[in-house]
Amino acid sequence: MNNTDHSTPLLSVKNLKVHFKGKRSGWGKPAAIVHAVDGVSFDVKRGRTLAIVGESGSGKTTTALSVMRLVAITSGSVHFNGVDLTHLEGEALRHQRRNLQLVFQDPYSSLNPRQRAGDIVLTPLVLLGVGTPEEQKEKVKELFRLVGLREDQQMLFPHQFSGGQRQRLNVARALATDPELIVCDEPVSALDIAIRAQVLNLLRRIQRERNQSFLFISHDMAVVEYICDDICVMYLGQIVEQATREAFFSRPLHPYSVALMSAVPTVSGGRKKAANRIKLIGDPPSPINPPKGCRFAGRCPAMKPKCELEAPLLREVIPGHKVACHFVTVENNQVKAPLDERFLLSI
Amino acid sequence: MILQTHLAQEPLLNVKNLTVAFKGRQGAAPVLNDISFVVYAGETLCLVGESGCGKSMTALAIMRLIPEPGEITQGSIELSGQNLAQFSINDVRKIRGNKISMIFQEPMTALNPVYTVGDQISEPLRLHQGLTKSEARTRTIEILKSVEIPVPEQRIDEFPHQLSGGMRQRVMIAMAMACNPDVLIADEPTTALDVTVQAQIFDLLREQQQRGTAIILITHDMGAVSEMSDRVVVMYGGRVVEEGLTTEILDKPAHPYTQGLIACLPELDPNPTFDRPDLPEIPGVVPSVWERGESCPFADRCDRVMAKCREAFPPSFQTGLTQKVACWLFEGQV
Repeated sequence: MNNTDHSTPLLSVKNLKVHFKGKRSGWGKPAAIVHAVDGVSFDVKRGRTLAIVGESGSGKTTTALSVMRLVAITSGSVHFNGVDLTHLEGEALRHQRRNLQLVFQDPYSSLNPRQRAGDIVLTPLVLLGVGTPEEQKEKVKELFRLVGLREDQQMLFPHQFSGGQRQRLNVARALATDPELIVCDEPVSALDIAIRAQVLNLLRRIQRERNQSFLFISHDMAVVEYICDDICVMYLGQIVEQATREAFFSRPLHPYSVALMSAVPTVSGGRKKAANRIKLIGDPPSPINPPKGCRFAGRCPAMKPKCELEAPLLREVIPGHKVACHFVTVENNQVKAPLDERFLLSI
Repeated sequence: MILQTHLAQEPLLNVKNLTVAFKGRQGAAPVLNDISFVVYAGETLCLVGESGCGKSMTALAIMRLIPEPGEITQGSIELSGQNLAQFSINDVRKIRGNKISMIFQEPMTALNPVYTVGDQISEPLRLHQGLTKSEARTRTIEILKSVEIPVPEQRIDEFPHQLSGGMRQRVMIAMAMACNPDVLIADEPTTALDVTVQAQIFDLLREQQQRGTAIILITHDMGAVSEMSDRVVVMYGGRVVEEGLTTEILDKPAHPYTQGLIACLPELDPNPTFDRPDLPEIPGVVPSVWERGESCPFADRCDRVMAKCREAFPPSFQTGLTQKVACWLFEGQV
């Protein structure tokens, strides 16, 4: 029942919720519930990169992990290639993981320090029983070449590689089973800027050559603009804006998206950009008792009384461009967003 | 404007021919090699380079915090005419946290988890300014207020683990600024933080600078350089390869390494194009201390390398008003 129809999305997440039990506030009292992911829906299309952007605590990593079924899903569904992953268990789930692989943020702690580089890349092939031992060896060689490592480096241990090379090793390991989707959880944020460009170029090249699909988690708008085809912006467990790359970056609509873009320091922007920056005050509220109105209201520069009372729904304002804000309006096909004028100044 | 004030001024901090070496079984490894730069009062200077270039080691050398078995083997660090490199450890203690203080990269590991925020901020006040306990407490609340910590009266008695990452970094800044130092060294203060919080921290640093503190900001992000600094020192492989006013360096970077650092940063473009060309990359990695000889340390990664580059490290050539570059490409051109 392998659905390889190109019009259907590769990964389809519907109304996903992940809640964790927190600490008890006292003896006999119920445990607090952390609403890490609270009703998130998105699709990853074949051969494209979907980026999920947000601050720490926005639930972007939890979303990525629950897609891989590495954290327990509270409610909602995850369909991959037409298969419902939500309730798969045991061998069936393991079988699906062949098609879903993960690249972690920290290239230091995500590799076993006692395993040789070649073995690290070989392990998923052995565990998931892909090919004969000869084919596996050949595959490892091919992967080393693909990610820009030398074949003779297979005998080295992780500590003998630099940060960028280790991230290449991570990418090679993720690619080993020819997965259809690779989830990248902030793969470049721990890397130096010069090395970051190397890894980003590598990911783009893999996408071009193999039509690879990526789910890319990041908090850096400049990196996301370079890598993504589609984008979701998350805030406190919910999606606040969803669009294609071109639509989003030419005109972000949600005040939070605008603030995120304005926060990135750029070479050309300099002090003028810093002076016109849209500033967010303080930290996001606690996901234990999220505000009942718009979750961003407390930090929003364009907040109005309605925002604190009523939660805005994610709605499509332009075909393909969804936003969850009361004050993004459409009149005579003209879209108006709360921070339009300030956005142009602040970029 | 900046230039005129500089020409008229004596530097506040003057680092001259600083060399720091670590002694090991294989001999002495020079992590800093003949570093010279100056910091003027009230300016922001950025030290730029990748990890392993010696930026943090320079900061530690100025603070006299170089870990064993490293030591300053040559050169001087003059703060208002006094050579810190020659100070005894007792004299250094009088300067640290008083005239010069430092903010570290990881606020969680830099704060002591078993003391309250208030205890940690009031320590330099009581030590250097001799305030009593209650005076120090009042002053600490004022300082916490100035770094925009909400409800400082309550936060003062909390422990670091009760604060968010951004808040911890504010506490670090509060602690560093407690005695109004002449120089504040910020070693990648925002790498562990979100971009939105980074913007808040940069605002705070800018405020401190406007109050007259000179800031040495260590970073690898050219965007941060453009936003924060008056002047830039680019480091590579334990050496200074280029320096000058920020405008000079960003408008016409001379050293191939500086050019690479600027080019490989993805820029936020409000008109994204469909076809994305590959980002320019600097191939390879920073050489280890054992691989650096007398040659230019960037030679192996440079696309304009010449035979001469592998023979000797170039002297500095003046290429602009204040711009100096250590690269053989500019020999005889200026």
